Amino acid sequence: MSKRTLRRAVRPAPSVPDFDPVVHQRVRLGILSALAAGGAMTFTDLKTVLELTDGNLSVHARKLEDAGYVSVKKSFDDRTPRTDYELTKKGSDALATYLDQMEALIQATRPA
Amino acid sequence: MSLDRPSLRRHQPAVAPGEAAHAHLRFIRETMAKTGTFTAVPGWGGVAMGVSAGIAAAIAYQQTTVSSWLTVWTAEALVGLVIGGWATLDKARRHSVPLFSGQGRKFLLGLLPALLVGVALTLAIYGYEVGGTKEYFARQGSADATASYSLLPGVWLLLYGAGVTSAGVFSVRLVPLMGCLFMLTGALALLAPAAWGTAFMAAGFGGLHIVFGVLIAQRHGG
Repeated sequence: MSKRTLRRAVRPAPSVPDFDPVVHQRVRLGILSALAAGGAMTFTDLKTVLELTDGNLSVHARKLEDAGYVSVKKSFDDRTPRTDYELTKKGSDALATYLDQMEALIQATRPA
Repeated sequence: MSLDRPSLRRHQPAVAPGEAAHAHLRFIRETMAKTGTFTAVPGWGGVAMGVSAGIAAAIAYQQTTVSSWLTVWTAEALVGLVIGGWATLDKARRHSVPLFSGQGRKFLLGLLPALLVGVALTLAIYGYEVGGTKEYFARQGSADATASYSLLPGVWLLLYGAGVTSAGVFSVRLVPLMGCLFMLTGALALLAPAAWGTAFMAAGFGGLHIVFGVLIAQRHGG
């Protein structure tokens, strides 16, 4: 085994941080990202942007709501039910933490 | 097992953690680009466009024929297009904003129809009412010809304003506000005496671009 190969072999693997399981899921991450950029959004707008089914979006939005990461406001728009989602401070902090963890992971795995 | 679960779990490393992290950041960036505002509208580029429009207005004011007046403004439109295009590309690159996807694409698509209508109208005037000898002549009498030419400043300002307003829906608030003021200037130009056309062009394409360019540059990163 050459020196270079040996050096590569003994380099410690980068440790993967403990991600917030609520954020660390593609659909929920998409919802948080969309709300972070677009402010308050309706259920229909989120569904269109993220290309999700009603059921899929409902399930994941509920998990975010239960975690306190998004606030939900239900109303009627000329007899049509309307649901608005907005990122809470807690959700914004969770997304920021997740982004920091991702950045740190990229830094750790970047070749010296 | 859920297929959309990111592949960063310790016990299931489908891809290298670094690559997966890159993919996640790219996904977040793309999602934000689809929902956020297009922020690559160039402030300083707008100022440069305004300055060149001011110079063009000064040159156009001295022209004695409609043909040469049109040539000056056509050249200025091309200069403005190059400045605006380059400045937008530069700002988008500096801020890592996607230009041809998400909100950037919607912004460009919102701006394009009104600009194309402006080009078509200008070509109609230039092609049919300015003869091969570069003399301006009327197809149906001098009154019609003069009227159609004198409408151009107002029509250009209105169309540019309409394009900027509709594109500005996908951008920061200053952009649609600037578009509305362009339309207002265009409407006033149509109501004012024809001789004031160049002055309205200077106020709109020069003044408004400079004022809003400075505001956008100060508030939205250049």
